Amino acid sequence: MIEIRNLSKRYGDSTVIDNVSLDLADAGITAIIGPNGAGKSTLLGMISRLQSIDAGTVHIDGLDITATPSMTLARKLAILRQENQISTRLRVIDLVTFGRYPYCKGRPGPEDLEQVQRALAFLNLDDLAQRFLDTLSGGQRQRAYIAMVLCQDTDYVLLDEPLNNLDMKHAVDIMQLMQRASQAMGKKVIIVLHDINFAACYADDIVALQNGKLAFQGHPEALITADKMKALYDIDMTIERFKGRPIGLYYA
Amino acid sequence: MSVNTLSLPKRRLPLWWLALPVFLLLFALSLLIGVAELHLTQLGERDLQILLISRLPRTLALVLAGMSLAVAGLLMQMLARNRFVEPSTTGTVECAMLGLLLVTLLAPAMPVMGKMLIASVFALAGSLVFMALLRAVPLHSTVMVPLIGIMFGGVVGAVIAFIAYRLNLMQSVANWTNGDFSAILRGRYELLWIGAALAVIAYLTADRFTVAGMGRDFATNLGLNYRWVLLFGLAIVSMISAVTVVTTGVIPFLGLVVPNVVSLMMGDHLRRSLPWVAIMGAALVLACDILGRLLRYPYEIPIGTVFGVIGSAFFIYLLLRRSEGRS
Ligand SMILES: Nc1ncnc2c1ncn2[C@@H]1O[C@H](COP(=O)(O)OP(=O)(O)OP(=O)(O)O)[C@@H](O)[C@H]1O
Ligand SMILES: [Mg+2]
Repeated sequence: MIEIRNLSKRYGDSTVIDNVSLDLADAGITAIIGPNGAGKSTLLGMISRLQSIDAGTVHIDGLDITATPSMTLARKLAILRQENQISTRLRVIDLVTFGRYPYCKGRPGPEDLEQVQRALAFLNLDDLAQRFLDTLSGGQRQRAYIAMVLCQDTDYVLLDEPLNNLDMKHAVDIMQLMQRASQAMGKKVIIVLHDINFAACYADDIVALQNGKLAFQGHPEALITADKMKALYDIDMTIERFKGRPIGLYYA
Repeated sequence: MSVNTLSLPKRRLPLWWLALPVFLLLFALSLLIGVAELHLTQLGERDLQILLISRLPRTLALVLAGMSLAVAGLLMQMLARNRFVEPSTTGTVECAMLGLLLVTLLAPAMPVMGKMLIASVFALAGSLVFMALLRAVPLHSTVMVPLIGIMFGGVVGAVIAFIAYRLNLMQSVANWTNGDFSAILRGRYELLWIGAALAVIAYLTADRFTVAGMGRDFATNLGLNYRWVLLFGLAIVSMISAVTVVTTGVIPFLGLVVPNVVSLMMGDHLRRSLPWVAIMGAALVLACDILGRLLRYPYEIPIGTVFGVIGSAFFIYLLLRRSEGRS
């Protein structure tokens, strides 16, 4: 479990995460939603030690993230940020293999290579394995990054808008993959989503942020309602049902 | 299939088989060419002397400086995450020179090892200033980064020129930036082995630099202590710069050209590409030196000049090529 207590982050005199306390990732898939600028990426960045914490604490399975060696955390938690730019020329397979770095320090053994193969196959990257990252399309590159993070084989997987750039099939594939990973392997996936319907269909728990504060947290059934969506996104939404889950219609 | 995708591209081995003989050929040529005549068929006392005191040291110095400068350029490119930097476009070399100049003035009797260490400290400080400048300047486009470094180097260079001009040291300063191997004799180049040792250390820790080259977030996610790797890498780059400044003088653009060619050829997985950077750096320097010795035989054109012409032309070509690809 990830315990967040009184977490704050300030830039100058604007507070972008304001005294947030919550427990994350009890359940399989936790979706973080909220409007642009709500602080979702900042929250993820602080949880994963990539951004400094101004006040408050984060504990992962009881480990204080500011006091735990980075390498230990790397075997517990993997994060993929919203914007990624690797400017060096790496092949897809090399990138994914570096997901094993916390375990093998760059000298992958047979087991590591097996993980790499599995991650490549999961993300449909077999044919692209030898290609350089800078020759891939945006969505292909995004899949390579996700493969690397999965290869890290951590209990907690944090993904900041991983469906960016993906076509519908690959977006659904990734959500289903996350669902399988959480159900079959007990992984806890925390995922920032903009499409609330993906959250409604796949999340076990939804966290909504607004202006740096926790707006609400709970099961999709309780959260995806016309009132709450109006309050969060200021948009009128019709809620229908699809395969036993609520679905918001807001396109027109 | 699974084995196939994991095995490295097939042409790696043949490439080495091509590269090694070329390198050895250049090495041999470099030993044989010179003003003083060698009689290899009947190697006499005098020939052996020339070989051991002058030719071999010169050739070794070329190889050592070539490989370590090329590796330093590669590391700098990984750490600054920019393809257009190398120690002479980041202020590192200028700061090493400043250190050497000051120590020459204030403690002229200090052994060369001590001078080198002080130059290293200055070079490291300069590299750190460069990295801090990068962070402070927002919106750095690919081309901005080396420009910032060159401007910073220019400022330090002006200070050096000011001091050196007043004290009549311009001549030695000019030698530090423009590699000259014609005066290398036994006993004058051995410090360069330190540069080679540093290149080997860089090879042994290559994965760290590959990961660091992926950027701070990726590196931290993989458990790497990014700041420490940055400092470690900059220390290697700085010492290599200092060692070459103190012994032969640096060869501008070498650290830029070679890693870029290798990157285009085989990417930036350093454990694979770094040996290539090293051997190509050495080979290129040997070739340029041979050229410099033959063009106006029996006079010599300094290698820095030969390479400067080739290197800057190539630099401009790369700038145009890469910026075209971006837009
Ligand atoms: N380096 C920074 N300096 C100043 N303000 C910042 C900085 N980084 C983020 N912010 C501000 O912090 C707030 C939260 O940003 P964050 O990236 O966490 O939002 P988000 O919820 O992920 O938004 P999005 O949905 O657009 O990705 C925004 O208002 C942003 O302008
Ligand atoms: Mg965001």
